[in-house]
Amino acid sequence: MDLLTFGKTGWGDELFYATLMTVAVAVTAMLIGFLFSLIFTPLKLSNNKFLNFIGNTYTTVIRGVPELLVIYLFFFGGSGAIMYVASIFGYFEYIEINAFITGSVAIGIISGAYSTEVFRGAIQSIDKGQFEAAKVLGVSKFVQFYKIILPQMLRLAIPNLSNVWQITLKDTSLISVTGLVEIMRQSYIAAGSTRDPLFFYCFAAVLYLMLTFLSMKLINRLEVKYSRGF
Amino acid sequence: MDFDLMITSLPKLLSAAVITLKLLSASLIIGLFIGFLFAVLRLNKNPFINKFAYGYSYLFRGTPLLVQIFIIYYGLGQIEWLRSTFLWVILKEPYWCAIIAFALNTGAYTSEILRSAFQTIKPGIIEAGKSLGISNKIILYKIQIPVAIRQSLPAYGNEIILMMKGTSLASTVTLMDITGVAKHIVSTTYKPLEVFLLAGGIYLFMTFIIHNLIKYLEKKYSFQ
Repeated sequence: MDLLTFGKTGWGDELFYATLMTVAVAVTAMLIGFLFSLIFTPLKLSNNKFLNFIGNTYTTVIRGVPELLVIYLFFFGGSGAIMYVASIFGYFEYIEINAFITGSVAIGIISGAYSTEVFRGAIQSIDKGQFEAAKVLGVSKFVQFYKIILPQMLRLAIPNLSNVWQITLKDTSLISVTGLVEIMRQSYIAAGSTRDPLFFYCFAAVLYLMLTFLSMKLINRLEVKYSRGF
Repeated sequence: MDFDLMITSLPKLLSAAVITLKLLSASLIIGLFIGFLFAVLRLNKNPFINKFAYGYSYLFRGTPLLVQIFIIYYGLGQIEWLRSTFLWVILKEPYWCAIIAFALNTGAYTSEILRSAFQTIKPGIIEAGKSLGISNKIILYKIQIPVAIRQSLPAYGNEIILMMKGTSLASTVTLMDITGVAKHIVSTTYKPLEVFLLAGGIYLFMTFIIHNLIKYLEKKYSFQ
């Protein structure tokens, strides 16, 4: 247990901050994912063939390629791509992007592909009559979405979104390859300097289990809240 | 875009795809056995056995695959007595460590898929078998198992694709699968975009094949 003390000798405080970093990356990635699904869900539901194609390409490609590869592409290719764009505008200095931002964006794009599928499914399983009734009553498009579709969609989407959250949380471990100090990276550092990999990787597993357990409890509460009246 | 580099790295990546497929098929086969075993244990009435099977699936589904590989590859080597047993022959090879981790991981997911398939079999089917005077054993082998397999095909298809993507983590324990080779090429040529996109294309092609194969099987074994 000496290995886990706080302060200069133990790894307790380091691992504590690393856990916070994991949560921060996962939450940021989830939010970025929501932004992406806000764009791509309407595309997937659109009647326009071209828009539909763009939406489907996004979800198919991202869900068909390993997460690690997407992260490598962003981490190694990201700064190159930005420097190329900057060079068009006459800026030739080296640009390094923050590992937190690259990581969150990469995981966010992956998470977005999964949540897009969830939102699409949820909207499609809302009874058509609901849309028609809103139209008949002369409800504006905005109110129709905000007051009628969204609440019903959320109820259907929350159980599946909880799966997306679990996937996103576990995917953050892959960010460790970029050097960002989250649970996995910190355990790697600690394992290397104490020569006790078994202990630290098992402890990392416990930390992840704790995070998934706590988030399940939280999501169950949300589920109850949004299923009122059903 | 450096198309010459893409053409020269294509054969290297394709030969690495063989390793990816080997890892995938070995872990799927072992994982299917583990999954079947634990699905049966989950359905057992004994609460102790039941909880044990649930604990296994919870542990492996609640932690990242990367942690599981690292525990098996870096962690187990630390145990002194393990090094002197015959197990060490297997555990010192990153190839086998990766397969063990993948198999245990996919086994946990597979057990959940099979369990829910068994639980959703309509009782009427079993009752119909009983009323026709078919023995319990034949009901299990000729009715319950085939129906459960058909029920779990779509979910298992997804699991195969997830596992295929998971094999890319083998590159973190020095194995030269598609991702490992791609990263190696990038580290010598500094052309990440071309190489990683090409590698992604190969994975996407494999996803496409698996997806269509499962669709074909679903159609072939549909109830109509």
